[in-house]
Parts: sequence; C-alpha cells; structure tokens
Amino acid sequence: MKFRPSPYLSLAPALIVITIMLGASLFYAVLESFGIIRVIGQDTLSLDAYRDVLSGTGAAGSEFWVSLGFSLWVSAASTIISSALALMAAVWLSGQKNQVDTLAVNGHLAFPHLAWATALLLFFSQSGILARWAAALGWIDVPADFPILVRDSFGIGIILHYSIKEIPFLALIVLGVLRAQPIGYDVVAENLGASRWQRLRYVMIPQVMPALFAGALLVFGLIFSSYEVPALLGIGYPRALPVLALRFFLDPDLGARSEGMVISLIITLIVLAVAVVSLKLEERNK
Amino acid sequence: MKYVIRALLYLVLVAPLALFIVYSFTEGWFFPAPFPSEWTTTTFQRAMDDPRTLGGMWQGFVIAVIVSLLSLILAFPAARALGLRQFRGRQIAWLVLFLPTVVPPLAIGMGLNILFLRVGLAGTIMGVSLAHLISTLPYTVFTLSSAFARYDENYEHQALALGASPAQIFFNITLRMMTPSLVVATLFAFLVSWSQYLLTLLIGGGKIITLPVLLFTAASGGNPSTIAIKSLLFILPPALVIAFTARELNRHGNDIREQY
Repeated sequence: MKFRPSPYLSLAPALIVITIMLGASLFYAVLESFGIIRVIGQDTLSLDAYRDVLSGTGAAGSEFWVSLGFSLWVSAASTIISSALALMAAVWLSGQKNQVDTLAVNGHLAFPHLAWATALLLFFSQSGILARWAAALGWIDVPADFPILVRDSFGIGIILHYSIKEIPFLALIVLGVLRAQPIGYDVVAENLGASRWQRLRYVMIPQVMPALFAGALLVFGLIFSSYEVPALLGIGYPRALPVLALRFFLDPDLGARSEGMVISLIITLIVLAVAVVSLKLEERNK
Repeated sequence: MKYVIRALLYLVLVAPLALFIVYSFTEGWFFPAPFPSEWTTTTFQRAMDDPRTLGGMWQGFVIAVIVSLLSLILAFPAARALGLRQFRGRQIAWLVLFLPTVVPPLAIGMGLNILFLRVGLAGTIMGVSLAHLISTLPYTVFTLSSAFARYDENYEHQALALGASPAQIFFNITLRMMTPSLVVATLFAFLVSWSQYLLTLLIGGGKIITLPVLLFTAASGGNPSTIAIKSLLFILPPALVIAFTARELNRHGNDIREQY
C-alpha cells in the first residue's frame, strides 16, 4: 500500500526521545557516581563514593546498610501482605457479576499515592481522626497514648500504605487470569466432588500463582524505589534508600552528591534485576 | 464475609475523600474533638485566593496538556507499527519502551537534573514536560498498540479502493475507530503527569511548583485544613476522569498500572 510507512520510521521518534533522555540521564548518573562533577571542576575518575557507601563510612554511606535493610523489610512486608489480600479480593470479585465493584477497584488504583499517604497521615497520626475517636470513647487521654502508626521507626505507616494501595493492581492481574480461564476447570472439580476450599486450593491458586508472583515482583520494585511515601510516612532514621539517596544528591556539599548517586544506581540495579526475573516468569507462563 | 469485603472496598475508596471534604470546610478541629463543630467556607476561600495554589494548578495543568499531546503524537505511529506489523527488532523496540517503566523515576530524575542544567532546560515548563514524557510515553504506546492489535486494516484498504485520499482515510477511518483508545491513552498521560511529584521537583528545581509539590510540602508539616484542600484539588481531575471513563476503564484498567 502506498501510504504504509516503514515500521522503523514510525517507531523512530518515540524511540529516539526515550533513548536520548534515558541514555543521557544514566550516563550523567554514572559519571557523577565516579566523582566526575564538572561544575566544580572535578574531572578525575575515582571509586571513592562506591567505597564510602559499600564500606559504610561515607557521609551517606554510614546509613547505607541500615537503609537497605529498612527498604527491604518495608518492601517485602508490603508486597506479601498486599498479594495475600489481592488474592482474596480477586477470588471474591471473580464470583461477582457486579461491574461496579470492579470499577471501585479501578478507582482505588487511580487514587494518587501522594493523596493516599496524606489521608493516612490525617487518619493515623497521634492527634489524627482515629486518635480523636479513641479519645472520645475514653480509650486514651492524650495524643501520646495513641500508638505510633505513621512516622514510626519500623515503617508501619509505609507498610500500611502499600499493603492497601497495591491490592487493586495485583487483584486485577489475578482477575485477568481467572476471567481468561475457561470456566471448565472449576466446574469439573466441583462435579468431581471438590469442596469450595479444595477448588480454591488446588484449582484456582495454582492457576493464578505465576502471574501473581510476576506482578508481586513489579510491586516490590516499585515500593523499593519510591520516594514520596517513605518520605512522608517515615522518619529521619532509619530512612528508606531513595530518601537517603535524594537527601545526599541535594546536599550543598557537592562531594556528598556522588554518594547519593551511587545509592540511586544501586537501587536501580536491584529494581532492574527484580524486573528481569518478573519478565522471565511472565514469558515462561505464556 | 462478602459484605465485609465490599464494605472495606468502599470504605477505602470513600474515607479519604470524605475526610478531605470535611476538613476543607471546617476550622479549628483539633484533638480531642471527635467531630468538627464549626462549618465554614472561609478556609476553602482563603486557599482558593492563594495565588500559589492557583498558580500551581495552572502550571501543572499546562504541563499535563503538553505531556499528553507530545505522548500522543509520538506514541500514535509507534503504537501502530508495534500493533500491526511484524518486523526485525520489534522485541528491542518493546524493550526500550519498557525500560522507563522499571528504571526508578528517582534515578531518571537525578541524571536528567544534571543533563537539563547543562542544556538550560532545568526549571522550565518544557524541561519538566520532557521529563514527565519519559514516564507517560510507554503507557501511551502500550495502550494504543493493544488497541491497534485489534484494529482491522481492511477498512482502510476498502476506503483506498473507493478512492479516498490518505488524509480522508486518516481522519474518517483511523482516527474515528481509534477514538476510545485515544481518549483513554490521553487521559492516562494527563493524570500521570498531573500527579508527578519527584520529576517535577528534580527538574523544576523550585521554579516550577505544581500542586503535588505544594501538597507534599504542606503534608510534611502543615495545617490539616490546608493539606485537605490541596489534596481535594489534587484528586479532582483523577476523580472526574474515572467517573467519565468508567466503561473504558473496565477494559483498560490495568493500563494505568503503577505510575502514580
């Protein structure tokens, strides 16, 4: 057909924009992590920032291992809780003819993280709405009596945020698998005398597990690399890796910037590794 | 059990909204009062008179419009190629487009910050829009290419055989048939840009201050009513979009993915 352009020509603009911006940003990130900061005339390659971060001796580095542990704990806990809840929600939704409930799930998915974290702060802080209701019921007298649920040192606020916020994303993945199945398996199992629980345990769950696991890995990567939520719902120490990285990247002491950059690159490597595993899993399932 | 799950589902959706609305129209509601006692519109009016809030909304809106338009223009041909053609290097194209969805915005923003400072894009509307484009473009391409995968090119062939010009075919057939997906893709790009905090902060460098930037600052230690009003204004566009695209969303829900 005469007006059919080459696919390469059609793809070129989008690919060029992405490649240039992503490539250049990674290039500068790597450059700065090696201590090459042109604005202050520093142009000798050094591995100091990597050494300082990994050995836990630098300005940012001294917190690195604690932050890594904190981020891993928060991301893993949130991912596991939200996956379990998402599985329940999806099994429930799959038996539902009512599209309105699916829409509500979508609405929750579209609710911005920033607004959701803000709402959690207003509800759960020590002088927040729940504390006021507790006081009205006579359970507590002063705000300090209310348990510290947000801005706490164990990351409970952050876990609370993601455990709920990631349910829709994962539930829709599971729901997609369940709805793509021929209804047959479930009916056959029922005809063979399987109980409701047995059908769930031996028919449904094995079917959705691979997709759920691949999705859960993506969620893990997202939580592990996100900034706003741990910055709002966390505290100064221990803080999540991205919070630590940005804090030192914006440090007036330009030398500390390299360390921030190293930490950001380590986060990126971990997230990319997790994403590759997730992709491989998805491919194997197809 | 069923009712418990459903109640929780709607509670999670409605509770934050209700709280924001209540807080926006009260004054002096502090611990230990379980409910607000004074209802007023002055807090809301004061926030709306604040030039920073309006300026932030306007800047965010302008950026989101630029981002949606750019995403659409760049994504449309790319999505068509990916959805309808088989060619060598297709996998690589997918991979390049997939990368920005997994590379953390933190790393992208920190690197772009250095690049944009050098080329003079830092602190400008265009610079922030380009940064947002990295995170919206993949989703626009994926949404449109899955629509193109279901698209039947024979309608175009038919029109061509009947003597239609390429322009007529594009406007009367391609665009018409793609309208629902185009609307969804544009709205998603708009919303992703509208709620973007980190990239705006890193590229805007204190000069471009959108509503999420103001909200983040307020939420880090501000008056609850101010926080609530900003949150309300912030989630207004997403709420409207969800309401108006309810049907489309049921089909494309997963395309929104996790970009908020």
